[in-house]
Amino acid sequence: MSIKEKACIAGAFEHPTRKAPDKTVAQLHAECAKGVLEDAGLSLQDVDGYFCAGDAPGLGANSMVDYLGLNIRHVDTSDTGGSAYLVHVSHAAQAIAAGKCNVALITLAGRPRSEGSSGVGPRNVTAATPDVPWEMPYGPVTVNMYALAAARHMHEYGTTAEQLAWIKVAAAAHAQHNPNAMLRDTVTVEDVLNSPMIADPLHKLDCCVVSDGGGALLVVRPEIARALKRPVVKLLGAGEAIKGQLGGRVDLSWSGAALSGPRAFEEAGVKPADIQYASIYDSFTITVLMQLEDLGFCRKGEGGRFVADGNLISGVGRLPFNTDGGGLCNNHPANRGGITKVIEAVRQLRGEAHPKVQVPNCTLALAQGTGGLLGSRHGSATLIMERE
Amino acid sequence: MTLASTDRPLAEPIVDAATEPYWQAARQGVLNIKRCLSCKQPHWYPRPLCPFCLGETEWLPAAGTGTIYSVSVTRRAGPIPYAIAYVALDEGVTLLTNIVDCDLDALRIGQRVKVCFKPTDGGAMVPMFTPA
Repeated sequence: MSIKEKACIAGAFEHPTRKAPDKTVAQLHAECAKGVLEDAGLSLQDVDGYFCAGDAPGLGANSMVDYLGLNIRHVDTSDTGGSAYLVHVSHAAQAIAAGKCNVALITLAGRPRSEGSSGVGPRNVTAATPDVPWEMPYGPVTVNMYALAAARHMHEYGTTAEQLAWIKVAAAAHAQHNPNAMLRDTVTVEDVLNSPMIADPLHKLDCCVVSDGGGALLVVRPEIARALKRPVVKLLGAGEAIKGQLGGRVDLSWSGAALSGPRAFEEAGVKPADIQYASIYDSFTITVLMQLEDLGFCRKGEGGRFVADGNLISGVGRLPFNTDGGGLCNNHPANRGGITKVIEAVRQLRGEAHPKVQVPNCTLALAQGTGGLLGSRHGSATLIMERE
Repeated sequence: MTLASTDRPLAEPIVDAATEPYWQAARQGVLNIKRCLSCKQPHWYPRPLCPFCLGETEWLPAAGTGTIYSVSVTRRAGPIPYAIAYVALDEGVTLLTNIVDCDLDALRIGQRVKVCFKPTDGGAMVPMFTPA
């Protein structure tokens, strides 16, 4: 069974807050649910499927379905880190195609900024996590587990810090037009290289923001989407994958996008060259570069040259990316940026991105998520969407 | 530039049924890996069942020599900078570790390293690597 054209994204909502010390995580989820239903023109009573991941407080869906007052017949709490919400879109389409639900609500929210989280703290530290006894003594934190992939990429392919910096430059060029973005100042390659070194070779400005907030999506049966007053955004293809350490045969030259991307392109029946806009998970600049290679936008090892010289800037380069400013400048709610990737792709396909960054007549877009740690274990998910 | 490595305080390792023999061997100065009794492949991190075929596994003392596959000096995750690295052992598995007793700024991918052991406050010994 394929999900091609079996479901549409009828609602997309990004919470405007970037700092919410006076709100609970559950409240942020509810505000995102309210926002996405208003965006689509649907009501709480229309929702019959619910999707959430590890950011949801309490016992996931058990807590949140009750809190939100939902009456559902399909539930999915798949968690692949920040890529989970792209997996949810795919699974929602499968559930709709199988007749298990008609209107699937996906919510994400978190307050890492208010709670003082950062990329240099350890994460997922429980003694029962099977890799923890072998790795925690060595100080793995989020940023250095991406830095190891960046260092290896530089070694194997000659990628430079200047090339990585161009990814941040492009994100900042877009963020200046987003009034909700956490960082709105444009930056230069020199600004990135002169920012403090956090974990070689990643500088402070190679790292995404830590922000409070959230987002929500509504995946619906196509007949329902066509009856609403919004542009129709159809799902054409989806892929998912988990990449780990391969039993000790560690290979940092590729990411899970090398598996999830081809699966999505095959289902959609399109090629990377057909994509007019791409949302690419940008936890760090290296994450973007490796996913672009692995998705086939350029050959392996040529990502550095591909992202340089403004090639990712809308209106300037060949592949406009993250026109909201992405995780690098706009928003990375709950330290999980997957949902904002889908939201900006939907804005582009609807023609509702900021006029300064809107891709003209954007009909085919891709969203890519990488959640977890690029240098050890991560989930990858790819979505390809088309405006009807 | 040069930046001499400084020993960090090390927490006690997590000792359970799956890890206890490993930490016992480390106290004797031995770095153990695991090998499958069925498919004979070594793997890392150690599991009771092989990640390639789910066969039963046995401990295998490693020579303790290898090559830096990737390395990152983590400068701002605490008061003491440290080098986190993947080291490819000569037995064919690659493990996450620290490179210590070295000039952090001089570490390079491809560099040869050998195992050493750093004590925790409680007396356990944690395998790490130093330039060979």
